[in-house]
Amino acid sequence: MLRFIVRRLVQMVGVVFVLSLLLFIWLRMLPGGTVSAILGDRATPESRARLEKALGLDQPIWVQYWAYLKRALTGNFGASTGVLPGRDAFDIFLTRFPGTIELSFFAILIAVILGIPMGYLAARRRASFFDNASVIVSLIGVAVPVFFLAFLLKYIFAVQLGWLPVSGRQSNIDATRVTGFFVLDGILTREWDAAWDAFKHLILPAFTLATIPFAVIFRITRASVLEVLDEDFVRTAESKGLTNRIIRGRHVLRNALLPVVTTIGLQVGGLLAGAILTESVFSFGGIGEALALAFEHRDYSVLQVLIMASAATFVIVNLLVDITYAVIDPRVRTR
Amino acid sequence: MSESPKHGWRPGAAKKEHIDALAASGATVSDAGNVDEKPGVSLIASAWKRLRRDRIFLIGLTITIIFVLVAIFAPLIAPHDPTKPIPELIAKVRRQTNPIPGPEPGFPLGADDRGRDLLSRLIVGSRQTLIVCVFATIFSLLGGLILGTLAGALGGWVDSLVMRVVDILLSIPSLLLAFSVAAMAARPSQWTVIIAISIAYLPVFARLLRGSMLAQRHSDHVLAARALGVKRGAIVFRHMLPNSVGPVIVQATLVLATAVIDAAALSFLGLGNPDDRQPEWGQMLGKAQEYLADYPHMAFYPAACIIVVAFGFTLMGESLREALDPKSRR
Repeated sequence: MLRFIVRRLVQMVGVVFVLSLLLFIWLRMLPGGTVSAILGDRATPESRARLEKALGLDQPIWVQYWAYLKRALTGNFGASTGVLPGRDAFDIFLTRFPGTIELSFFAILIAVILGIPMGYLAARRRASFFDNASVIVSLIGVAVPVFFLAFLLKYIFAVQLGWLPVSGRQSNIDATRVTGFFVLDGILTREWDAAWDAFKHLILPAFTLATIPFAVIFRITRASVLEVLDEDFVRTAESKGLTNRIIRGRHVLRNALLPVVTTIGLQVGGLLAGAILTESVFSFGGIGEALALAFEHRDYSVLQVLIMASAATFVIVNLLVDITYAVIDPRVRTR
Repeated sequence: MSESPKHGWRPGAAKKEHIDALAASGATVSDAGNVDEKPGVSLIASAWKRLRRDRIFLIGLTITIIFVLVAIFAPLIAPHDPTKPIPELIAKVRRQTNPIPGPEPGFPLGADDRGRDLLSRLIVGSRQTLIVCVFATIFSLLGGLILGTLAGALGGWVDSLVMRVVDILLSIPSLLLAFSVAAMAARPSQWTVIIAISIAYLPVFARLLRGSMLAQRHSDHVLAARALGVKRGAIVFRHMLPNSVGPVIVQATLVLATAVIDAAALSFLGLGNPDDRQPEWGQMLGKAQEYLADYPHMAFYPAACIIVVAFGFTLMGESLREALDPKSRR
């Protein structure tokens, strides 16, 4: 088990290293090059020359990459030029990351709570009305552009009906900050109104973000249960006269959920891309909104931090999924 | 979006391993010996036989055919010039009370923010949308084909090198990858959108083809060809590639759907084609968000078009997947 984890950790370091190389190449291919990317277009020639010297752009390319890597490791990506001009780009990431984690957590929770039972039921009643309807709904869910759905939900439930807040992470109330996770903060400090307010702000964005993971988890669960229902060991269990409850719980669900675990992990990583669109519609204040703004304003120092962080998160989540999987299913460890 | 455990899920299958499983499922067809099929019936022929009776596939196919026909004959169908403001509409745009006209006699869907006929823009927009999704899919398919075939056929260090890069690209969410590539363009255009989307899905095709090649390398028909002294190039192109077609077609159909949606997302972030003389649904939807609170019709119609077309492609892809999957023909 330990060897498996160590091997995967080494692989992960390699991936992150090459990612930094790709990002370095990306930065050099940007319009205007590295200096414009860090300073913005309105930089004076003197400051450009100073930064060029400071960055060692006159040095050979591998020396430059080494310098870049050292800066990146210390979290020095330069100041923001478009999102929050002047603020340190890494600082923007740190203050906004908890919001995105909170949002993603609720989105995945919704997707799992709805997706797994619906997938299971659809498989048990294959070709029934419920099965067909939910398959169609999941296919439509994938076909709807995320930001349009966000607009639609916002328009109906926030603007027209006024049930839920239109945007932001919390209303202008005096709440104590502990962890940066607003709902958790409210619970920890027993400021229940603050927690409830933050939670209400989460509902619409979380449902928007949950559509694609829901559709995928639903379909994987359905297909996986169908496959397991057809296995010999289920037939054996039935012919042994075991009760339906034991067959469903111990034989069907436990085996069917194995691929679902991997899928959930993959979806967590993919949520980041959806968060860019969702957060910017709801002005949510996580890193997704910052990414959208950074793309819009071509704020390359913020983009660097956030792309690197997103990719690293994706890789780490995948590693955690693989480890979880190795714990659940011993066969994986030997490969 | 394309996950399905039907293709023999293996434990611990991460994104890349899942693609491999998909590749292997298509590749083993020729060796599996379909007992219930008559001998001499090709995979494609038997798949078509199943598809003809598949209602879901036929719905998807109908949507796609209508979409393509509208795109081809767009200039003939469109009642007005989509690039020029209509005088009667622009007169209403200028009036302060109702800046963007809704449905008017002769203009069933109303106008956009510059007084142009929305229906005509939608019809002509189908052409750009078709161009974007078809070219994005073809480019990513071609790139993936070259990389995947090289890696799978040559093996050794070429394989290791290509697959390391592909795996790292796979470790970035595809949409984020598309955004990042699009951000490199100094002047965004229709082609930067196409290139961005095709780079985002290239690694999937590469891994798919490579997996399919690897799965076949030790299969009987390749062994037989080698024993007969067939040259390596001929084995790859005549014996291995045709067997990889199934999963690749399925994946391509699904990429067609996501390309339409992703193009809209790029426009939404301001990374799309800014030239609105070439209307495109994604661009129209991206643009319409500014007016959404007051004039939802501007967003509603392009969004509906995107959803219907993406839904059609997805239906086709999913039923193709089932038809080509030897495991589901019990």
